[in-house]
Amino acid sequence: MTAQRRIENWALTALTLVAGAIWIFPLYWAFVTSIRTENRVVSDQAGLLPDEFNLSAYHDALFNSSLVHWYVNSIGTSLIITATVLVTGMMCAYAISQMQFPGRRLLYAIVLGSFMVPAQVLVVPQFMLMNDLGLINKWGGIILPQLVVPVVIIVYKQFFDAVPKEMKEAVVLDGGGDYTLLFRVYLPLNWGITTALAIITFISSWNAFLWPFLVITTENMMTIPVGLTQVNDAFGVAYARVMSVALLGAAPVAIAYLIFQKRVTEAVMISSGVKG
Amino acid sequence: MAMIRNQRRHRLVAYSLILPFVAIFALVFAYPIVEVIRLSFTNATLIGGGEWVGLQNYRELLADRLFYTSLKNNGYFVLLTVIPTTAIALGIALMVQRLSGRLQALALALFFLPYILPVSVVTQIWAWMLDFQFGILQPVLELIAGKPVPVFKNPHWVMPMVALVTIWWTNGFNVLLFLAGLRNIPQDLYEASALDGANRRQQFTRVTWPLLWPVVALVLTLQLILQLKLFDQVYLLSEGGPFNSSYVLLLMVYREAFQQNHGGYAAAISLVVFLLIVTVSVLQYQLLRIRGRK
Repeated sequence: MTAQRRIENWALTALTLVAGAIWIFPLYWAFVTSIRTENRVVSDQAGLLPDEFNLSAYHDALFNSSLVHWYVNSIGTSLIITATVLVTGMMCAYAISQMQFPGRRLLYAIVLGSFMVPAQVLVVPQFMLMNDLGLINKWGGIILPQLVVPVVIIVYKQFFDAVPKEMKEAVVLDGGGDYTLLFRVYLPLNWGITTALAIITFISSWNAFLWPFLVITTENMMTIPVGLTQVNDAFGVAYARVMSVALLGAAPVAIAYLIFQKRVTEAVMISSGVKG
Repeated sequence: MAMIRNQRRHRLVAYSLILPFVAIFALVFAYPIVEVIRLSFTNATLIGGGEWVGLQNYRELLADRLFYTSLKNNGYFVLLTVIPTTAIALGIALMVQRLSGRLQALALALFFLPYILPVSVVTQIWAWMLDFQFGILQPVLELIAGKPVPVFKNPHWVMPMVALVTIWWTNGFNVLLFLAGLRNIPQDLYEASALDGANRRQQFTRVTWPLLWPVVALVLTLQLILQLKLFDQVYLLSEGGPFNSSYVLLLMVYREAFQQNHGGYAAAISLVVFLLIVTVSVLQYQLLRIRGRK
């Protein structure tokens, strides 16, 4: 490599990292704000560097708001949604991929077609339905409409299609049925894709805004994204507190992302149909 | 006999496997689709019956000035986001792709992290950064506008700023798609072209761009669909204002259904949004495919 080429490479790397730092600046700034006192936040001397380490905003956020309720609601509903979507999705995908039954093609066509329907345009009838079922302001109301995730079936079907037939024949000879096959063979062979799908399903239900916002009206039933919108009203112009609540609300998924970065990357690539 | 019985059992097992999904799908997806169509021909309130009024909702919608304002704003937002975000994501992906190992993981994390934030976190952070009195970005705005700007209360600034926030928030996803696409380009093509004396620019236009085109088309299409569904950010940042300058179709659905109690009318708007999204995305996808085949 020539010297010029090497300098060019260094410069490009530095440029990338500077661009990355600028990109992440809003999060940094939220953090710096959150560890200041309210007076300092709006004073002229408050600079770019963290010059205080004051956790009172966090203390307030945790003990003087409904944040803990929101955590429980978000974790509970997201876990139930993720588990249900994965189990029903993999069962359905297995049947479509490996079994013969009338209506199989039609079912898959419907699944593919429903991919086209934006969930947002169904909120009016879904709200009426939840109201009829008495699920407004209930976990069931948050959960039910989020249980249809066609992409999970599409991805599972692709992966089940790719499992070698020999594996199946061996189990069938031993007298195993389809349930055994699915849960003892096809699922273990696809743990990677299962965790990847679990992560993105969890993140998207954790971050869902419009539907939970419509179906929940009492503060203690809110999920994190909806609850956070209440903080402004409650705290007025308390920027440090608003930022600390925002960061606490974002923290679980952000930490999970940093731990599972590779898996999340894979998951996004797979679920969008671009296999790397 | 045994074979027929076996076949019947096989089918029963299959149906038992699809039943949970099909039941949920029928209840919260298929039924609401049928309902949204039916409701659009009624004057139903949000909770409670309503009567068949034929095409009246649609006639009303075609005469509603707010509908055209929203349509225009949706279009403006699409212009402000779709191509810029695709170009920025491609640029970032090309930069990140050059790195390797931990450095690449770090750079990717910096660009991807905003994508996993809830929308209300994103809007609160940006509302704070752009705060009229204390916002850290106000000096930057002063450079451009000559004075501080209350961006979400200014009809000229509101949409571009919502677009900026949206691009910052969602771009990480597109970066990943481009990275996946770039990894699929065989490395020896670059080596061969380098031997032929191609410089970086030529390598990009002759190798990278044509081979990456399917991903570009995918990102453009996904973005178009996503940005037409704009609601969360405008609702939280500007509530459609000022003077309806950020009013969009889904906000109209929300206002009509959940604030004005016009379930039937909101259903009609929903259906129009749905048809709009399907038509535009199918058209765009076909156009991009034709271009790609050339």
